Amino acid sequence: MQGLAHVYGDNIDTDRIIPGKYTKTLDTASLAAHVLEDLDPAFKDNVKSGDILVAGDNFGCGSSREQAPIALKVAGVGVVIARYFARIFFRNAINIGLPVLEVPDHDIEPGDEVIVDLETGEVINCRTGKCFQATRLPKVMIDILQAGGLVAYLKENGTYQLEATPNL
Amino acid sequence: MTISEKILSKKVGRSVRAGELIITEVDGVMATDTTGPYAIKAFEEMGGGQVWDAARCALIIDHAAPAPNERIANLHSMMREFAREQGIRLFEIGEGICHQLMIEHQYVRPGDIFMGADSHTPTYGAIGAMACGVGSTDLAAVMKTGKIWLKVPETIRIICHGPLKAGVTAKDLILYLVGKISISGATYQAVEFKGSAFEEMTLASRMTITNMVAEMGGKTGFVHPKGLELDYEFEATYPDENAAYVQTLEFDVSGLEPQLSIPESPDQVENISPHEGQPIQYAFIGTCCNGRLEDLQAAAQILAGKKVANGVRFLIAPASRSVLLDAITDGTLQTLVAAGATVLNPGCGPCVGTHQGVPGNDEIVISAANRNFRGRMGNPNSNIYLAAPTTVAASAVEGKITHPKKYQ
Repeated sequence: MQGLAHVYGDNIDTDRIIPGKYTKTLDTASLAAHVLEDLDPAFKDNVKSGDILVAGDNFGCGSSREQAPIALKVAGVGVVIARYFARIFFRNAINIGLPVLEVPDHDIEPGDEVIVDLETGEVINCRTGKCFQATRLPKVMIDILQAGGLVAYLKENGTYQLEATPNL
Repeated sequence: MTISEKILSKKVGRSVRAGELIITEVDGVMATDTTGPYAIKAFEEMGGGQVWDAARCALIIDHAAPAPNERIANLHSMMREFAREQGIRLFEIGEGICHQLMIEHQYVRPGDIFMGADSHTPTYGAIGAMACGVGSTDLAAVMKTGKIWLKVPETIRIICHGPLKAGVTAKDLILYLVGKISISGATYQAVEFKGSAFEEMTLASRMTITNMVAEMGGKTGFVHPKGLELDYEFEATYPDENAAYVQTLEFDVSGLEPQLSIPESPDQVENISPHEGQPIQYAFIGTCCNGRLEDLQAAAQILAGKKVANGVRFLIAPASRSVLLDAITDGTLQTLVAAGATVLNPGCGPCVGTHQGVPGNDEIVISAANRNFRGRMGNPNSNIYLAAPTTVAASAVEGKITHPKKYQ
């Protein structure tokens, strides 16, 4: 996938991704309408389908609210890249089918066009031509992501499959 | 083995070590009115049917309770209906905060593996359970299968030599430690707290400690069980002498002063001294971090015979109905209300910014909660300081941030 990079800093917490006051709804479009509004009020209007959110350390820290990755996904974010993620956010994103990549080192700046290969974990900055490698996900997470999320994965498999994890 | 390695090994029936991916059975789950509706939706989408074990599931209406609007009222109705259909215990509005209830009602016990759809679930490590926060879909999958996949966490060991000075509390200690570890310092890891500073602590204080493992990014946390007293017999899990820790940090906390987390991240922690005199408009005691009887009693001791300062509103939300009843019975509540405090129903209160007391623009809040991220209490144009209930109470009396020793 290829998209425009929206770049933010370290420790973007879930209250910034979607404030608690907006989380009590099953209307996911209303979550997207408030995504990141206390961090960057313009984001929700600027983001286009397939755009790439880029952050620093510990993206998604704080609450366990799955509304955070849902808000990003419904707003159009195609993939989130961070140096690393807060644990619950990381699982939640994969579980709802929002790709997340841990890329410890990159040169992406706001407005860069970025190409992401989810299969290989390669991230290419079109402006500089440089290629960066994401940390490899455990196979179970790749399987969940490829199924489109944990709901689809469990419908297919019935339970978790860890046995077939030769890459670990 | 560390405490989490021991608990997980026992459950899966073989010796597992940090770094391994495992599938484990789960002893209990819970979800709240923030996470429950999405968990129910995901459960239905997974094919629905009966949950794996209704007696091991709990639903709690605490985050926006009573419902402040029709949208949330309907989400509560959805939870009630699911609970009724499934035979799951639903804790109603006013019964209390999920974490307090899980321990009070023994939904979680020492040695259990517990998944809670709330980030402060590691609180249960106060009684020696391996408890992790998860999101709604993970929770739904446990309700469906009774299992979860996990990475056995590495463990950071934190040793604190005490005792704490008189008037310095578990909250001051955990704020100090969150400041040292940082908001991300324990990401993906377990934390074990050990040492004389913890051994004399009540269960309530131990819960304050493990509660804020979430603010270190931790997956789960434990206070060593030495000195732990529960109402029932239990088998304590200690780590082995030769357990492998990813890091051991040691602190002498015998001289620790009251601590403050300054806006706008819980790990921005400083001694109270440079902030004394900072005017406040709003004081709050409650939450899964500090809404227990000893917290209300500590506040009452400071407020006895005094009044909340003009221009300050002081809100109190007991962590559970049981806490509320005890505080009524022993006179704590009378003291607090006479001093000018407003008592809310047991539940999360204004902590999450959904209802019951949103701060105004440019207002300064001093709160005994665990988070002060921008916008946390519902208004991104206000600022939140986190402190011990003692500091919150003293500050409410003075209308400015105040060292509690003045009133102790």
